[in-house]
Amino acid sequence: MPEMNLVQAINHALAFEMERDDRVVVLGEDVGLNGGVFRVTEGLQARFGAERVVDTPLAESGIMGSAIGLAMAGMRPVPEIQFEGFLGPAYDQLVNHAARYRSRSRGAITIPMTVRVPVGGGIHAPELHSDSPEAIYAHHPGLKVVMPSTPSDAKGLLLAAIRDPDPVVYFEPKRVYRSFKEDVPEGDFEIEIGKAKVVSEGADVTVVTWGATVFQCLAAMDAMPEDVSVELIDLRSIYPWDMDCVIESVRKTGRCVVVHEAPKTCGFGAEVSSTIQEHCFLNLHAPVQRVTGFDTVMPYYKLELEYLPESPRIKGAVEQVLAY
Amino acid sequence: MTGRGAHSGIYWDMPRKTAYEAKIEYLQILDEHGNLDKTLAKDTLTDEEVLSLFESMVIYRHLDEVAFKLQRSGRMGTYPQNKGQEAAALGTAFAAKKGVDFLVPCYRENAALFLHGLPPHYILLHWMGDERGNQIPQGVNCTPLSIPIGTQMLHAAGIAWAYKIRKEPRCVLTYFGDGATSEGDFHEAMNFASTQQAPCVFICQNNQWAISVPREIQMNSETVAQKAIAYGMPGIQVDGNDLFAVYKASREALDRARAGGGPSFIEGVTYRLADHTTADDAKRYRDPKEVEAWIGKDPVIRHRKYLESKGLWNAEKQAATDERAKKIVSEIVKAAEGIEKPLVTDIFNYTFAGELPAELKRQRDTMQTHSLGQDPSQVGLQQGAAMH
Repeated sequence: MPEMNLVQAINHALAFEMERDDRVVVLGEDVGLNGGVFRVTEGLQARFGAERVVDTPLAESGIMGSAIGLAMAGMRPVPEIQFEGFLGPAYDQLVNHAARYRSRSRGAITIPMTVRVPVGGGIHAPELHSDSPEAIYAHHPGLKVVMPSTPSDAKGLLLAAIRDPDPVVYFEPKRVYRSFKEDVPEGDFEIEIGKAKVVSEGADVTVVTWGATVFQCLAAMDAMPEDVSVELIDLRSIYPWDMDCVIESVRKTGRCVVVHEAPKTCGFGAEVSSTIQEHCFLNLHAPVQRVTGFDTVMPYYKLELEYLPESPRIKGAVEQVLAY
Repeated sequence: MTGRGAHSGIYWDMPRKTAYEAKIEYLQILDEHGNLDKTLAKDTLTDEEVLSLFESMVIYRHLDEVAFKLQRSGRMGTYPQNKGQEAAALGTAFAAKKGVDFLVPCYRENAALFLHGLPPHYILLHWMGDERGNQIPQGVNCTPLSIPIGTQMLHAAGIAWAYKIRKEPRCVLTYFGDGATSEGDFHEAMNFASTQQAPCVFICQNNQWAISVPREIQMNSETVAQKAIAYGMPGIQVDGNDLFAVYKASREALDRARAGGGPSFIEGVTYRLADHTTADDAKRYRDPKEVEAWIGKDPVIRHRKYLESKGLWNAEKQAATDERAKKIVSEIVKAAEGIEKPLVTDIFNYTFAGELPAELKRQRDTMQTHSLGQDPSQVGLQQGAAMH
């Protein structure tokens, strides 16, 4: 099994699927000759040609809308939106068309499309290059939303997303892009959309997170006394999400902390927390806690680590929940 | 003096070259009095074809009037009348190959969809609040009506792009109004189709009004067609109430697209004879004299005059066609009203392919979003529920 970082794993998965299925077309700003601003699509144009790895005009709604047309006509488009902050212009096409088409046409027209979007903070990027809008898209019926945090998950989820008959928003945590390498299984494998991963088993408290904060949670666990037993769940899929995995864990531990980069109010942690009180009410030993970004505009990068839920804040919340 | 840029007298005195020059042609073949320009009409529509399209016009005008009445009598929701724009819809769609080419409409070109095989009652179902009106039957090449203005042209560009990638000799026709050209997506669709040289024909039904906003407020350009110039795309303005002109321009655009010549833009100058929708009252903002003048250019009247002048039509034939239209439309209404109410589970079942996410299934099966009583392991909840 070759070692890959997140960027390499996504690149590898794209090439794998383009080789397997000639309906797959990659399109976006700078994805061709330049290989994307993060080099995720590096080498793909040279290998598959400019007809299948397409440098589009600089227009996000155009990318999304024409990808919808490609999908309607039987292709499997994989549009890239260069940063999550630029999803705005494509929002109308994504939520008012892609998300609704299967339902509004009662199954006659479907949009098999995977929208790749770099997401999140922590890389000292400019303004509007560090947000975490996953809850916005999870809120729109008809969209699936995933956010892998490891190279292997990135490959398995991307293959599942491209093969999914419905639109999938595939968020790539920038902070993880080159942060580490791991063995990525060669060949064909999918990770089912909607299935979480128990990163480490534990008995005292459940920590639920996704994306780059998985590694902040791991750091927080490392800093805690050995006798504290934390069950860490990487949700991986934001919609549909693995309620059963979380419910089962919290019934066991009786305590839960939800961690994400996005602002607290209406963040996806609110959904997780609310579901826990609906299904684990009699099992809870402490109120569910959220460790999240603040309800503010994402700051410029000098203050981004104060904004993001870094390991000391996570550790503090876990300790409070345990002491409740 | 150097380095003073545009303010420099020297700069202004320099001879300037023409970087680009363009003109927009206007095409009319059948004027509003029913007079045909025989030279321009050569190789366009045969008598038989005009007769057939005219009959469609009469039938679908009748359907449009009946749809209005259905709304007024509470049998249908809001409806946007197509009245006055039948020639633009039929002339363009007739130039396209049924079952091969693809139509991406807005909502004021119903007749074009019918010509390409959409059962007419689907349109009524759509406005009767039933998604099955959008459930396009297999083999009918069109998308359902598109509600957010100016967004559907991007889908057309994408579909045409797919045809080009797969080297299929197929084209896409997309319809929108003058108001839609103000949307950013119009620009993006024109630019994407043009940079990809996608086989797509953009058809602007310039009906002069976007609800209450006239074309003059909508844009400051003299024609809509000239917008095509910016995209390196052939653009033409035609009399949108003239079947011959609309057909000829569409035919040229489709032939060019099919031969690999890329997209084209057609501005059909027409008029929305009715209100924007049944929820609108155009008397609040339109001069009745303007409407009066356009009634004189009504495509139904003009094509009837033309056919009569050729001895192909008379009062008797008109009466017979009116009678036939009534019967056909009554069958269409019956088909739309006779359908059983949709299943409640349909709300859920088309959200995703395959098995639904567990939570969505729960919501469907219980028709509830609260969770009490759904989880037997939460014993306290069952006791609580028993107290009620």
